[in-house]
Formats: sequence, structure tokens, C-alpha cells
Amino acid sequence: MTPVLEVSDLTVAFGDVPAVRGVSYAVRPGEVLGIVGESGSGKSVTSAAVMGLLPPGARVTGSVRLHGKELIGAPERELTAFRGKAISMVFQDPLSALTPVYRVGDQIAEAVRVHQRVSKETALVKAIELLELVGIPRPAERALAFPHEFSGGMRQRVVIAMAIANDPDVIICDEPTTALDVTIQAQVLEVLKKAQRKTGAAIIMITHDLGVVAGFADRVLVMYAGRPVEVGDVEDIYYRPRMPYTVGLLNSIPRVDRDGRRPLVPIEGNPPAPDALPPGCPFAPRCPMKIDACDEREPPLFEVGAGHRAACIRWDEVHPHGPGRHEAARPREPRARGERTVLEVHGLVKDYPLLKGAVFKRRVGTVHAVAGVGFDLRQGETLGLVGESGSGKTTTLTQILELAPPQAGSIVVLGHDTCRLGRRERAGIRRDMQVVFQDPMASLDPRMTVHDILAEPLRTHGRSRPGRRVAELLTLVGLDVSHAARYPQDFSGGQRQRIGIARALALEPRLLVLDEPVSALDVSIQAGVINLLDALKARLGLSYLLVAHDLAVVRHIADRIAVMYLGRIAEIGQVDAIYDAPMHPYTQALLSAIPLPDPRRERSRRRILLEGDLPSPANPPTGCRFRTRCPKFRAELTDEERSLCVDVEPEVRLLGEDQGAACHYAERREVV
Amino acid sequence: MTLSEEELAEELSDGVMPKAPSRARVVAGRFFRSRQGQVGFAVLALMFLLAFVGPLFNRWTYTDKDFTAFLQPPSSSHWFGTLQTGADVYALTLRGMQKSLVVGLLAALVSTALAAVVGAFAGYFRGWTDRVLSWVTNLLLVLPAFLILAIMSPLFGGAGRWPLFVIMLALFLWMVTSKIVRGMAISLREREFIQAARYMGVPPARIVFRHVIPNLSSLLIVDATLNVSAAILTETSLSYFGFGIQPPDVSFGTLIADGSKTATYAPWTFWFVAGLLVVTVLAVNLVGDALRDAFDPAARR
Repeated sequence: MTPVLEVSDLTVAFGDVPAVRGVSYAVRPGEVLGIVGESGSGKSVTSAAVMGLLPPGARVTGSVRLHGKELIGAPERELTAFRGKAISMVFQDPLSALTPVYRVGDQIAEAVRVHQRVSKETALVKAIELLELVGIPRPAERALAFPHEFSGGMRQRVVIAMAIANDPDVIICDEPTTALDVTIQAQVLEVLKKAQRKTGAAIIMITHDLGVVAGFADRVLVMYAGRPVEVGDVEDIYYRPRMPYTVGLLNSIPRVDRDGRRPLVPIEGNPPAPDALPPGCPFAPRCPMKIDACDEREPPLFEVGAGHRAACIRWDEVHPHGPGRHEAARPREPRARGERTVLEVHGLVKDYPLLKGAVFKRRVGTVHAVAGVGFDLRQGETLGLVGESGSGKTTTLTQILELAPPQAGSIVVLGHDTCRLGRRERAGIRRDMQVVFQDPMASLDPRMTVHDILAEPLRTHGRSRPGRRVAELLTLVGLDVSHAARYPQDFSGGQRQRIGIARALALEPRLLVLDEPVSALDVSIQAGVINLLDALKARLGLSYLLVAHDLAVVRHIADRIAVMYLGRIAEIGQVDAIYDAPMHPYTQALLSAIPLPDPRRERSRRRILLEGDLPSPANPPTGCRFRTRCPKFRAELTDEERSLCVDVEPEVRLLGEDQGAACHYAERREVV
Repeated sequence: MTLSEEELAEELSDGVMPKAPSRARVVAGRFFRSRQGQVGFAVLALMFLLAFVGPLFNRWTYTDKDFTAFLQPPSSSHWFGTLQTGADVYALTLRGMQKSLVVGLLAALVSTALAAVVGAFAGYFRGWTDRVLSWVTNLLLVLPAFLILAIMSPLFGGAGRWPLFVIMLALFLWMVTSKIVRGMAISLREREFIQAARYMGVPPARIVFRHVIPNLSSLLIVDATLNVSAAILTETSLSYFGFGIQPPDVSFGTLIADGSKTATYAPWTFWFVAGLLVVTVLAVNLVGDALRDAFDPAARR
């Protein structure tokens, strides 16, 4: 079959800085090409160049052919004619991809009418058909709604509907599911597959998530420093990688399945800056297999197999430690739980009033952000608090961190009930409980030197000469002591997160609260921070309360996990017990929605798809909160059994040795 | 990652520790390394030196009158020439500069500091603090500043009362900036590094001074530099109308007001004062720019 889109030797430069340095690929109709790379690898710029959407300052050379027709240098009028018709695009952020002031039906109809000569009415009918195709319930009604009335997942469906409105030949998806929760991601990926079947289009899937690519793509292109470093069939890339960078990426991602128990192997160092590339292979400074010849010149793409090419001079020596090949999984010996309890939460409740009116605020409702959550955390233990957005995990965390008396229930931190805390005791607990935030960019004061940042907790709690401790801390987290005089902006994301961790450790706390500590980092960097957290815990005897949405990361760090849904705990218990045989239908769906970076297993898995979105926490369902989306409630239970779910809110029952679920009909099921 | 390096660090820190690279040190270092900072600081220092040491080298004081030389151009006995009254322009200018430099710089500093503190506290604490402080700000904003200054000006007359004058000037310069600062502080308090400091147990007032105000420093420094000229000019216009600095004492304001009448046929009565005013404001701006860059870690390179 002839390729529908052919890109050859595409380069993009902004001023003197090259962003893309020679990208070539071709996609055939119906084929899915995954482009994988870390931030700054040039993957998004490549697609913008294909669409002709680069800012005027960019210099583009090379060739992009659509059906054999050259697009680089084509006049704007021709580009406009094919954009949205022959090639369409799905963006990462579904909120900014839709115009807030127009109804979604009109926006899709507009996309139709731009390229087809049809009447307004026909276009609107077509729009409603498209909305139905992408799985929007009651499409005729929803077509009249505005974008802000849709949830993130629904908005992304609308964007996909717009993208396929004109039966395009190529759909470029730029991180289409990155901003979404896992269960919603699974839904949207289903929709994309359906849309592709319907239109027969080729899809270019740009993402950093190797799991998504494993399940979705036919061919994979790995990019590094603006260049493809390995191209091949999805199985070649995952099982027979020939480029050390690909191997490194695969080894550094945490996985939800048993295989994921192995320690992560981070890639040392950081990706090179585009204006200061190393002389030879751009990956050489971070490569474990580097030899002197690597620095001589940049390696071309060698043919290493049928349709498989890799840019490494030692490709035949690269040993894939891909999935399935590494040493047998070492099960974590189920440790006895510690004696001392560092954190105890009982029946925690937090409501937020919904206010209306500009001058006189009146209460029109209540958001039940947290509705009776309880767990405990012992010395030396890590408890992972997981859940999708809106599950109340962040609210729980802030309630604990505020150290204020909760609205209802109790919080006991290090033996002190927050209801009966004096000023001095509170200061004492602040010393023993520290936080690491999600965004390492935002959590460090940009106007302070690293020295001042690390010295702040020390000075606050009365250490007047912090210089020596600061040096210790920097070394502890693997940074150089001479870095103390620099500002946070001089560091990369991973290094900044290390500074954040060092600050949290400054006072030798006993309890560390980690709020999504690695979710803002690239995979190759993530692994290093995860390993650091693991090592620090063992060495300093810390207890972690970890909040995360990435269940793979949680499996790596946590000893116990609590799954939250709509302000309540759905399931709680020992990590391996829950991951191997979850009991709550929500946990089962959540775990089955996580893509595995293993094409064969990923494609043979049965996925439990949840329907619809999270209900509003202002108006939760009666009885069991999960029943509106519960696959078990929908398919397996009899009407009689259902009435219990509708009437009675289940409490967490202990069902195994250390595993409890809040479900009337909990039963074990293997899903990963 | 290599935790064994911790021991290494302990060994290392037994030796001589490098000087703690705290913010004050880094900012000062960066300020004096920039060309703008060097020039601005040197010029400003020179101006002060001239204003306070310069008069010692002159035979005439600002109250002396030379009845042998009325409205004479610069000469060896009167370096900047004389006025119609026979007063020595050099002596008068330097005396005026003493007053204007001190009044202008101090009024600017006081007003910007007031704006920063009031705005940051109102924005950071919200609630009652915010309501009370905003009320005071709005009240001062609607009072006709010039009128009040004019009414109160007899109070500033006596010797040694100039600090009161500075405070009054500053009191009417800070409100608008304070409102801007308040708005920025409101958005700043939600930032994670402020949360981090709170959860660390840093007292709220210290968070304001350590995190909120430094993060607004660009705005505040620009504001302060503008306020220097604003304060000098307000003082000038007050003096022009006969309030503020009263004769026989002089300031840049009174000198420029008098000099502008004779500027066309006796330029020396005007241009020396005007020139020094321009140089002063320029130097202050240079210092302000350099300081802003020194505070802002992103301004490097």
C-alpha cells in the first residue's frame, strides 16, 4: 500500500537552535504510528511542522508529502484546504481546544461546513451523528451545551468528533489522554480506535506513555534530541530494542504488573539542551554502553532488522532487558506492620459550601469532598492514597497538613489529636511531618537560592548555622554541594524535585507526605526520584503518605494502598494483595485501565471499561457511591441484590489478611 | 542516589565550609558585578559626597550675599555664578541638593515600603486585616493630598522638622502601588512554595517578608525609582507654591522655580540645578534597574 503521509528529512530550527533534526517516517492508511519521546525531544514540533502550524520564526526544510503532494512551502490557501480535511489534529488539552463561547454542536458543524458544501441543518445533523459515534449520551441534547458543561473526557470525545468530521486520511493525536484520568483514558482510547475503524485513517500518536503506545500503535518511532533514534514494529521496539535509549526508557518505567517489582533503572543525567548538543551521538553522555567512537560523529539509522532501524553504532551488542526477559520477580516479603502508629485518620469529613451570588452569597449546595475516610499509617510504612481527580485524596491530604480540627472525625498525627493541639505542639508536629509537592517548579521559591531554601526549615526551627546541614542534604539527594548558590530555575525538573525532597528531609522528620512526587517528571528522570525515595525510606526509617494517581508508581513505592472514590475509601490493604486480586469493582476497573508497556499482554488483556464520568460530589448517589458506574451492579447482580447497593452505603470490611473493601458483593478477581 | 556519599559529605563539612551563599550575599554580588549597578551607585555616591562635602570647599554659605556681584556668570570666586540677590549659586545648589536627595530618596523608600507591607499583609491574610487595610488605603486615596500637604506645611517650617515632611510626602504616594501589591499577593499566597513554608511551620508574618515581598521585588523596585522622582517633583511643586521648604532654606524645587524666571538671560541660575536633578534621577534609575536584575534570577545572561 502506498503511504498516505510521507515525511522525509524534516528539520525545524528556531533561530540558530535546531528543534527537529532530520525526521523521516511514512504512514499507510489504517496504520497507527506511535511517536515516543521525552519533553523537548521535538515530537510535538514535528507534528506542528507537518500541519504547517509553526510560528513564522521557524525555519523548516525537508519534505512532507500527503498523497504525493508536497506540503512544505505550499501556499497558505492550499494548506488551509487540507487542514482539518485530509489531516486533522487532536490536542492534549481538550479545554483549550474548544471555543468556550460556542455550543459544541455548532463547533462541530462549523468544522463540517468549512470543508463541505452543506446547509447548516445538514451539518448539525452530521454533528449529532458524530457525537453519538464518539459515545456522548443523548447527543441531540448535548449538542446544545457549551464546552464548560462537559467533563474533560467528554470534551476530548468532542475534539475527536471534530477531528473525524471530514473523514480525514491522517489524524495526528498530540498526547490526547495525558490530561485525563486512567479510566477516562481507557474510554477515550476506545473511542479513538472506533473512530479509526470508521474512517480508515492513519493515526500518528504522539505520547510519552509507553503503555498507551504498546496497546495502540503498529509502528513506533522513538525520538531523542530532535532526531529519531529507533524505528520499528511495536514488538521489535518492546522486545528487541537496539538502541540503549529505548532500553533505558523501558527499564525506567514502573509497571503495575508483577514484573514491575524489579528495581527501576534510571537513565543518568538529563537530555541535552538543543543549543548545546554533544559532538557525537546525543545520547552518549547518558549511555551506559558509551565507547570513544560514540563521540566522533552522530550515528545514522542502521538497518537492524526488517523495517527496524536504530541509531547506535553498537546496536548488535545492545541487550534488551525488555519485558519478560529479566530475572524472576522478587516478591516483597510481606513484612509485619510496625508497632507505632504515626498517623491515624478516623471518619474524616470535609464539606465545601457551594455559594451563589455576587454581593450576598447564599448557600445553594454542599460539595462532599471527603465523606468519612479512615486509615492508619505505621512507622516505616508507605501508604499510597490513590484515586482519580475528584476522589477527595488531595482534600484529605490538606486536612492532615493543616493540622486543624476536622469538621468531623479525627486526625491523630504522631500521637497528637489535632482537636487538642496547642501552639507549641503544632510547631513540634510541623517539625516531624514534612511535605514534598507535585510541581517542583512551583514549590520552590524562585527568588531564593538553594541554600536559603534548604536553610529555611532549619532556621524556622531554631538552627542558626545551617551551612553544614545544607551541604549534607544536597549530598544526600545526589546533588553537588556547589549547587547551593544557584537558583531553582537553573536546575532540571528532576533535580528540582530532589531539592524539594532535601528540604523536606532537613529536619529529620518521621512522616513525609508526598503529593504526586513524580507526576510532573519525565519517565527517565522519574525512576531516579522513585529510587531515591525508596532508598531514603530504608535509610532514615521514614513513613510516607503518598498521594498519586499513577498506580504503577504507587505499586513501586507503597507497602499499603488505599483506593478512594468520591470522597470514600473503596478498598484498602497490602499492595500486592490488592494489585494481584482486587476485590472492589472500582479497583478492578482502575487496575485494568492502566496500559502495560508490553504489547502482547496489553493486547490480550480484557479491559473493564467504566461508563460515564465521576458523579458530582455535590450530589453523590444514594447507597453505594460507585453503583452508577459499577459494572457488577449493571451486569451481574439481580434486582434483589441491587436494592442493597441502592439503599445501604457499604463500609470497609476486612476481607483478607490485610485487605478490606467497601462493597457488599466484593470478590477477588485478577485483572492486571 | 549514592547514599554512601553522605559520609563523604560529613568528612567534607568538617573542613572549611564555603561562605553560606544566602540571598543577600548573592544579590549584592550580582548588583555590584553589573555595569549599571556600578555606575549608578558610583554616581549616586558622588552626588551625596558633593552635596555634603562640597560646601566645605566654598567660601560662601547659602545664606551669604555678595553685594559686589549681582547676577554674575560663573567665575573663579563664584563657581556657578550668582543670583540677582548676590547669593552664590554653587552654595545654594548644594544646599538644595542636600534637602532634595534626602527627602526624595527617603520619601520614595518609605512610601514603597509602606505599599509593600500594607498590600502584602492585606493580600496574604485576607479577612479582617484586608478589610481594615483596604479601608485605610481607599480613604487616603480619596483625600486631596496636595491640599492637606499645603494646610500642614507650616508644621514643616522649623529646623529639624524635615522628617515630618518626608513622612507626609510618603503618606500620599503609596496607595496605588499597595493595591497592585495586594492583588499580586492574593495570587501568590496560593502558590505551592508559600504552602510549603506554611506547612513547614514558618510564622505568617515571616512568610510575608521572606516569600511574598521578595517575589514582588521587581514591581517594588520600579515603583521606588519612580517614586524618587515623584517625591522630588512633589516637593518641588509644593515649594513652588510656597509650602514645603521655606526660605531662607532652599531645595531643588525652590531653586528651579526661581531659576526658571531668569533662565533665558542668566542660564547659570537654572541649568546647574536642572542638570544635577536629571543626573540624580538617572542614577537612581540605574541603581533601580541593576537592583531589579540582581533580585531576579531569570534576568541573568
